[in-house]
Amino acid sequence: MPPRKRAPSRSSPGAKPVGSPIVGQPTVGPVVEPLAGPIVGTAMEIDGPHNPQQIIAGLRATSEGEDLVQLLTPEGQRVSHPRFDLEISAAGIQALYRDMVLVRRVDREANVLQRQGQLGLWAPLLGQEAAQVGAGRAMAPQDMAFPSYREHGVAWCRGVDPTELLGIFRGVDQGSWDPNSTGFQLYAVVVGTQCLHATGYAMGQRLDGKIGNAETGEATICFFGDGATSQGDVHEAFVWAAVYDAPVVFFCQNNQWAISASLDRQTRVPLYRRARGYGFPGIRVDGNDVLAVFAVTQWALRECRTGNGPVLIEACTYRMDAHTTSDDPTRYRLADELEEWKLKDPLERVRVHLVREGLAEPDFFAGVIDEADELARRLRDYCTSMPVPGPERIFSNIYAEASPSLDAARADFLAYHASFEDGH
Amino acid sequence: MAGSAGTQTITLAKGLNQGLRAAMEADPKVIVMGEDVGKLGGVFRITDGLQKDFGEQRVLDTPLGESGIIGTAVGLALRGYRPVCEIQFDGFVYPAFDQIVTQLARFHYRSQGKLRMPVVVRVPHGGGIGAVEHHSESPESYFAHTPGIKVVACANAVDAYWMIQQAIACDDPVIFFEPKRRYWEKASLDLAAAPPPLFSSRLVRSGTTATVVTYGPMVRTALDAATVAEQDGQRLEVIDLRTLSPLDLAPVFDSVRRTGRLICVSEAPGEASLIGELAARVSQECFYSLEAPVLRVTGFDTPYPPAKCEEDYLPDVDRILDAVDRALGY
Repeated sequence: MPPRKRAPSRSSPGAKPVGSPIVGQPTVGPVVEPLAGPIVGTAMEIDGPHNPQQIIAGLRATSEGEDLVQLLTPEGQRVSHPRFDLEISAAGIQALYRDMVLVRRVDREANVLQRQGQLGLWAPLLGQEAAQVGAGRAMAPQDMAFPSYREHGVAWCRGVDPTELLGIFRGVDQGSWDPNSTGFQLYAVVVGTQCLHATGYAMGQRLDGKIGNAETGEATICFFGDGATSQGDVHEAFVWAAVYDAPVVFFCQNNQWAISASLDRQTRVPLYRRARGYGFPGIRVDGNDVLAVFAVTQWALRECRTGNGPVLIEACTYRMDAHTTSDDPTRYRLADELEEWKLKDPLERVRVHLVREGLAEPDFFAGVIDEADELARRLRDYCTSMPVPGPERIFSNIYAEASPSLDAARADFLAYHASFEDGH
Repeated sequence: MAGSAGTQTITLAKGLNQGLRAAMEADPKVIVMGEDVGKLGGVFRITDGLQKDFGEQRVLDTPLGESGIIGTAVGLALRGYRPVCEIQFDGFVYPAFDQIVTQLARFHYRSQGKLRMPVVVRVPHGGGIGAVEHHSESPESYFAHTPGIKVVACANAVDAYWMIQQAIACDDPVIFFEPKRRYWEKASLDLAAAPPPLFSSRLVRSGTTATVVTYGPMVRTALDAATVAEQDGQRLEVIDLRTLSPLDLAPVFDSVRRTGRLICVSEAPGEASLIGELAARVSQECFYSLEAPVLRVTGFDTPYPPAKCEEDYLPDVDRILDAVDRALGY
C-alpha cells in the first residue's frame, strides 16, 4: 500500500518551462527534388465521366437505359426480357392490379385524414405502388421484410391491416402489428438502420440452416430509398451481407428524391452498380412496372433462399407526392417532372393492358373500386375511433424484465394525475 | 480454471473469459461477435479460445465497423439469438452509438414487448494504461442517460465471472463496462458461492467517517484510499455501484444516513455525468442526514489527455482523501 502523500502545493501557472514558439528558424527537413514529373491524364480519362453534367445525364438515363428490366411498358404493352420473363395468368395480373388500387386508396385516404387533422403526419407512397406490391407479392410466407417508413404497400401484401399503420401517424403507438406472425418488421424511422437489422436477421437464417432450397428456404428483404444509400449503415450492411453470404435482398426504391435532395446529390453512379463493388449482383428494374418488379424480386429471393445472396435491386420509380404531409415539393422540383412521370403511372399501364388484351371485364374494375371505397370507409372509421392511450402508456414495456424504479415513477405520476379534480 | 467447483484465483480477464464460456455452454443461442474476437481472442484476450472450442458459427470475427456489429446483432436478436458484442475500446463505441440509442434501446418499447433485445455490448473502459487517444475513455454516462438499455460495470474478477453470465441471461440489452486497467488483477473465485443479483450495488468496505461511492476501475482506488485513511484514523465506507442503470441506491442512502458525508468518484468528466445524478439523488433522499455537501472526484471536463498526463487526470488516492478532508471540514 502506498503511504499517504499529500497533494503537493500548487505551483503558480506558468512555473513549468513552456516551449516558446520558434521564430525565424528554417523549415525543418531538407528540400526534396521531385522524383518524376506528374502522371499524365485526367481522372475522367482514367475511369469514365466525372464532370457534373455528364454524371447527372447518366443518372437520368438510368431510368430508361437498356439494362432496365421492364416487362410492361408505360403504354401497357407486354415486352419480353431474356432473363426475367414472367408467365402470369390474367387472374394473377388482376390480383396485382387490385392490390395497387387498394394500396393507393389507403394512401390517399390517409393523406386526406392528415389534412383533416386526424393524423399528425403521413408519408405518402403515391407512385411507388408497383415497386411495393411487386416486391411484397414476390415474398414467400417464410420470408422476412424490413421496411423503412413508407412501405404501406408491402405491409398490405404481408397481411398487416392498413388500420394498423394509422396508429403510428396518429400518435397512439409506434407500430402495433406482430412482426413475427406477419413477416413484416416494424417501421424504421432513422434512415438506413434497418439494413443492418435485415442483414443480421439474414445471417441468423443462414446460421439456422434455413437456406439451400429456392422454395422452402428462407430469405430476408430490406426496403430503403435512394437517400439511405448515402448512410454509413447501408454501406456496412452491404459489407456484412457480402462477407457472410447473407440471404438478403436489398430492395432500393429509387424515387429520385430524398426530401429535397435529388439523386445526383447522393451518387455519381447508378445505384444498382454499387453492388458490383461489394461483390454481389445489382439489378435495375422499372419500379413502376409491377410485373418486372415481381419477376426480378422473385428471382432474387429464390437466389437468396438457395444460398446465393445477397442481391441488390434498384427499382426506379418516382415519389409523386411530397416526402411527407409536412413537405412542400414545389420549393425544389418542377411540375413538368411530375407530369412526365404521370405518363409512367404504375396502375394505369396495368389497367390499359388488362382492357386492351381483354384480360378483365368492366365488372372487375367496378368491383375493385367498390372494394377500395369500402376499405377507405373502414380506415376512416377506425382512425377516428382509435383509443387514446392513457399516461400509464409512457411507462409501459420499456424493459422486458421488471423495473421497480419505473413502476414507482408510474405510480407517482398516476397519483399526481389523479390528484386533479377532473382526473387529468 | 481447473475444475467446475472449488475456489480458484483468477484474473478479471480470465473471469470474463470463463464467464463467457459458461454462458455459451449453457445456451446455444449465445454468440460472440466483434473485431478480432475469434482467431486472436480479442486484443485483450477476453475471448481467448472460444472460437476454437465453439466454432466460427458462434464466435464471429466481424468486419471492422462498430455500427455494423451492433446493427447486425439487433437483427440476430430478432432471429432469436443472444449476441455478445465486443467493442474493442471505449473510444470506438461512438460509430455504434446510433444503433445502440435509437434501435437497440427502443425495440422493446416500440413493439410494446413483442420484440426483445437480449444483446450484451462489452466495452473495455477507463484509462491508466498509457494508451494513445480514444483508448482510455469513460463513456458510461451517455448510456446511463438512455432509457431502454441497462448499464453495468464490473470491478473485480469475481464480479466479472458472474456479471457477464447474468448480463447474457438478461432479456434486456446490457452495456457491460470492463475496467481495462484492472484486467490482470486477481481475486479468489468460489464457484459454490451464489452471486448477488446483477442490478444491485454492494458495500465493499464498512466505515463510519464518510461514504465513498464509485464503480469500475475506481473501486480499487477507493479501497486503497480507505486503507490509507485508516492510518489517519478515518474509516471510509466504500460502495461499488456495479449497476449504473438502473441505479440501486438503497445501499448508498443507507450508508449516507449513517456517515453524513458522501464522496462520488469516477474517471469520467464530472459535468452532466452519472456522478452528478448520484449527488442529486442523495441530496434529495438524505437531505437531513448530510453533514456536508456531496463532493465529486472525477476526471476533468477536458478531452482525455495524452498518456503522460493521465496520472494527473485520473482520480487517485490523494484526490479522494482531499475530498474526504474537505467533507470533514464542513
